[in-house]
Amino acid sequence: MSSFLSSSIGKKLIMSLSGLFLVLFLLVHLILNSFLMFDSTGELFNAGAHFMAMPVIRFGLQPVLFGGFIVHIIYAIILTLQNQKARPQKYASQNLGNSSTWSSRNMFVLGGLVLVFIVMHLMHFFVPMQITGEVPMKMVDGVEIHDGAALVKALFTTGTFGIVYTCIYVLGAVLLGLHLAHGFWSSFQSIGMSNIIWRARLERAGYIYAIFIAGGFTIIPLYLHFFA
Amino acid sequence: MTVLNSKIPAGPLAEKWSKHKAAIKVVSPANKRKLDIIVVGTGLAGGSAAASLAEMGYNVKAFCYQDSGRRAHSIAAQGGINAAKNYQNDNDSIYRLFYDTIKGGDYRAREANVYRLAEVSGDIIDQCVAQGVPFAREYGGTLSNRSFGGVLVSRTFYARGQTGQQLLLGCYASMNRMIGQGKIEMHERNEMLDIVTVDGKARGIITRNLVTGEIERHGAHAVVIASGGYGNVFFLSTNAMGCNGGAAWQAYKNGALFGNPCFVQIHPTCIPVHGEQQSKLTLMSESLRNDGRVWVPKKKEDAIKLQEGKMGPNDIADEDRDFYLERRYPSYGNLVPRDVASRAAKERCDAGFGVNAEGKAVYLDFKYSIERLGQDVIEARYGNLFQMYEKITDVDPYKEPMQIYPAIHYSMGGVWVDYNLMTTVPGLYAIGEANFSDHGGNRLGASALMQGLADGYFVLPYTIGDYLADEIQTPRIDLNHPEFAKKEKAVTERFQNLYNVKGDKSVDSFHKRLGNIMWDYVGMARNAEGLKYAIEEIAKIKADFYKNVRIPGDFDAMNIELEKAGRVADFLELGDLMARDALNRNESCGGHYREESVTEEGEAKRDDENFTYVSAWEYKGENAEPVLHKEELVFEEVKLTQRSYK
Amino acid sequence: MADKIIKNLTIKVWRQKNAKTAGKFETYKINDISGGTSFLEMLDILNEQLINEGQEPIAFDHDCREGICGMCSLFINGRAHGPDDDITTCQLHMRKFKEGETITIEPWRAGAFPVIKDLIVDRTAFEKVLQAGGYISVNTGGVPDGNAIPISQDDAEEAMDAAACIGCGACVATCKNSSAMLFVSAKVSHLAKLPQGRVEASRRAKNMVAKMDELGFGNCTNTGACEVECPKGISIANIARLNREFLAAKIKD
Ligand SMILES: Cc1cc2nc3c(=O)[nH]c(=O)nc-3n(C[C@H](O)[C@H](O)[C@H](O)COP(=O)(O)OP(=O)(O)OC[C@H]3O[C@@H](n4cnc5c(N)ncnc54)[C@H](O)[C@@H]3O)c2cc1C
Ligand code: HEM
Ligand code: SF4
Ligand code: FES
Repeated sequence: MSSFLSSSIGKKLIMSLSGLFLVLFLLVHLILNSFLMFDSTGELFNAGAHFMAMPVIRFGLQPVLFGGFIVHIIYAIILTLQNQKARPQKYASQNLGNSSTWSSRNMFVLGGLVLVFIVMHLMHFFVPMQITGEVPMKMVDGVEIHDGAALVKALFTTGTFGIVYTCIYVLGAVLLGLHLAHGFWSSFQSIGMSNIIWRARLERAGYIYAIFIAGGFTIIPLYLHFFA
Repeated sequence: MTVLNSKIPAGPLAEKWSKHKAAIKVVSPANKRKLDIIVVGTGLAGGSAAASLAEMGYNVKAFCYQDSGRRAHSIAAQGGINAAKNYQNDNDSIYRLFYDTIKGGDYRAREANVYRLAEVSGDIIDQCVAQGVPFAREYGGTLSNRSFGGVLVSRTFYARGQTGQQLLLGCYASMNRMIGQGKIEMHERNEMLDIVTVDGKARGIITRNLVTGEIERHGAHAVVIASGGYGNVFFLSTNAMGCNGGAAWQAYKNGALFGNPCFVQIHPTCIPVHGEQQSKLTLMSESLRNDGRVWVPKKKEDAIKLQEGKMGPNDIADEDRDFYLERRYPSYGNLVPRDVASRAAKERCDAGFGVNAEGKAVYLDFKYSIERLGQDVIEARYGNLFQMYEKITDVDPYKEPMQIYPAIHYSMGGVWVDYNLMTTVPGLYAIGEANFSDHGGNRLGASALMQGLADGYFVLPYTIGDYLADEIQTPRIDLNHPEFAKKEKAVTERFQNLYNVKGDKSVDSFHKRLGNIMWDYVGMARNAEGLKYAIEEIAKIKADFYKNVRIPGDFDAMNIELEKAGRVADFLELGDLMARDALNRNESCGGHYREESVTEEGEAKRDDENFTYVSAWEYKGENAEPVLHKEELVFEEVKLTQRSYK
Repeated sequence: MADKIIKNLTIKVWRQKNAKTAGKFETYKINDISGGTSFLEMLDILNEQLINEGQEPIAFDHDCREGICGMCSLFINGRAHGPDDDITTCQLHMRKFKEGETITIEPWRAGAFPVIKDLIVDRTAFEKVLQAGGYISVNTGGVPDGNAIPISQDDAEEAMDAAACIGCGACVATCKNSSAMLFVSAKVSHLAKLPQGRVEASRRAKNMVAKMDELGFGNCTNTGACEVECPKGISIANIARLNREFLAAKIKD
């Protein structure tokens, strides 16, 4: 088993499975966030967030999610370092433009930027909502719960920073989209679930998914900024 | 004087090989482990021999000059490999394959060898399939066959247009398995430069490590030469740039006789020479002649306009086209054998009807078959070839006829060997294109691959045992033996002499001069006067070479020019021997066409009365004339007839 | 088809004495090259020029000069085998270049392919990977008849597609990670598609990948650049198959 995980294909398997796991997570995350747009009272969203804060999820699934991220990031670093080392002397001129896509060549940079964004994102929402508890409260059916929706809306609408944060979140969504434009298809290829026919299909599915995710996460802050 | 003993077993033709196998000695497994064999060359012949011998238990040391055994020039064979499997139920048989090969060779090959070749041909296919060679298949999953020039049955097996590549990768894979198991010691980028004999027996070789420039000694109980053909003596040929006559030539200089050096094959369908700087000629598969029609203009003035570029082939009306092969050979037409097609093209071009700027090209036109069959059919058959042609020439052969011209392709001649594939030096063997054995004066398409693999998989592994059985007492060869030191010194001096000339002309310039003389006077058509002239000219080039060659770079490091210089030095001597042999053989036979020996219609005329023999030349020293020995060819089974394709 | 003549070209080429010394670019001028000249013939002409000037010619690998032996290996203007598709360097012709152009020529660059001299690199790493399992374990003789095991035409064709690899190393040279996955997967696929090779498919995949990793090739990140520059059009679908074979083999362990 150890030789398996240290082999290049084994490492790729981990990268792929963690990536696919994150892909799934993003889908859930986006659906939850979209509640912000469908219900201006924010109740739907809050209910979702409340559900997500339940102990089972908070102590059961959240660590898995974090684990997924950590594994994905660690292996991204290992793979990238090894790949750098595999070519000690670089080319003076290399023209990769016509043989591969930009995002496929810049997964680490894209991933890194996404990571920066995620850290910031966690500081905005995750930390106040789940750790320090510095959140506006609201009574729903006699129970006091966090009004996450208000927190979110506030971020994108308050003062001059409203527009800055909106832009940053749009940028984050685009970077994520680029990461996924290659990552989605690539994760299937890595575990061998591709061939000449399926490759085209998976690539298409990957683009659709990437656009869906990037589009979704772009529209929400824009919507909140302009219409909330 | 060496007495030539071909060691052909007695008995009826069909039983010779099995009786012989039963009679020869066998080495026990325990003893095989104590015996070392050197194999020079990793093409189909050397690769298959090295793998088989290692599997049997011998310790093999294999050598090639490329950076990998997989790159031997066998890789370039496109068409296919013959075998008498009779899978198509077209009444093919061992006998028919034997007969076609003997007849195709214009009755200048040994019956017994050729029969054995046909006999083992089927096993080759089985072996290759087992190794994973992806031969073409029918829908039902059985093997496909195609037909190839000069025969009436479909017996050629193929893997797209890359048969040689796939067969080579098959035996290379077997070699890799043995290298992995430590049974083959592989020496890449290592060129053999001399043979070491001790007490008259081959005991090792001297090589130059092409990366470090070091001269190395390697010892073994037997040495196998599988170094391919010497077509590059012509400078321009379909051979790879590094193909050389060197290993075979060293065998000759160490006492092995050289058989039929003048027999070289000229392939009719190659892309013509372009300008002065051409480095090699590209073969367009012979199969193209199945659907292309060969022509030149009927009118001289059209030809002149074509040469000046004032007119294109499509401007010439059908009635002004001279389909000279169909005209001269109505029954075979465009499918006449290689030598006939080549000479006919030369004849037209010499008469001034050539169609390119140099006047040295004829058209191969697919217009008619596209009209008849549709472009998609032609594309399915030859798509790859057409694409390759377009990449090289920038002309689209669907729209404009291809230009083709004959080029040197294969050497039937080579080191003389007996039935056991042993040369006249005990313990020294020659297999594949490097030997002279199976193709006589002309080789049939798809037979060289068959011969290389037959020698390496199924003949040499048995016959070498007969010799090695008497060597089991010989300990591992001592590299400190004075003979090794002597040969190492001789090789070092040979190369130092070249290196120290420090003249002002590049190696290539000499090679090109030699090539021009060879092509003009020892090429497609030869005559006594021209051959004598060639011998004189080659001597002059040789003298100039040793006075004026310039080899830059370091002596004891990688030095490409030094490598080339060594090969050209050998070619200069080999060219001379070829001219001498051609001069001696005053008959037209197979690829060898003497203008003095023709029928009234200008067709080749064989002279069975005076020349039914193999010429085997013996080296007599630097400044002495070589001596000719004759191995008379005895035909018990087939009747000699004049070839006719009219 | 009168070919154009390129009057002036500047050739910027990597020169390196041997594996131990550092290399650098040298620049040469070359004139009057016909468009029908092959790229390697252009280098021959340049070398002839250098020899006449008393300089050492540029060392580069080549042999068959017809795109099949896989020996030629140049990185030309930033692309493996130069600015044309589906060909090797020896099949590249000068008509692909413009008047006055500067052509940059570098050796394959990968840790696993050290430079030997000038443009020549050492590709023995490929040999070692094949020696680790790129074969079917049969000895000469004693094999069944060629038609004993039927093989569907599709499988034979697919095996042939993969078997067309010429071992040139352009995939490694192109890949931003210097990964050898295309090369290795081509061999694994070729043999895995045939019933004869199926028998030891797991063992083969494991051993070849282990060797590949050991030799310092990078990890594949599925950029697909290799298949675009591969002169023989080997598809990265083969890489998916290799991943599949390898994972299946490892799960069984
Ligand atoms: C373009 C082309 C197409 C052909 N098509 C066909 C075809 O369709 N069918 C057919 O049957 N035949 C064909 N032939 C002929 C056939 O390919 C060859 O005759 C045959 O492959 C020769 O095999 P070989 O093993 O004897 O030599 P090669 O494959 O030439 O191998 C020679 C080996 O010897 C090594 N070597 C040479 N000199 C030295 C030295 N001094 N020191 C160390 N190593 C050395 C080389 O490195 C190489 O490994 C074709 C030939 C050409 C050129
Ligand atoms: C929500 C966030 C993320 C998602 C959904 C995601 C998804 C993916 C997916 C699906 C892949 C393809 C895996 C494969 O090819 O097998 C991938 C690859 C990659 N990811 Fe991420 N990723 C995310 C965050 C990150 C972060 C934070 C980094 C950080 C540094 C990163 C770095 C990489 C790299 C370098 C690769 C390429 C590795 C390879 O293909 O071998 N990713 N990602
Ligand atoms: S896969 Fe393609 S690029 Fe790689 S070695 Fe084989 S032929 Fe060359
Ligand atoms: S020289 Fe053989 S492939 Fe280019």
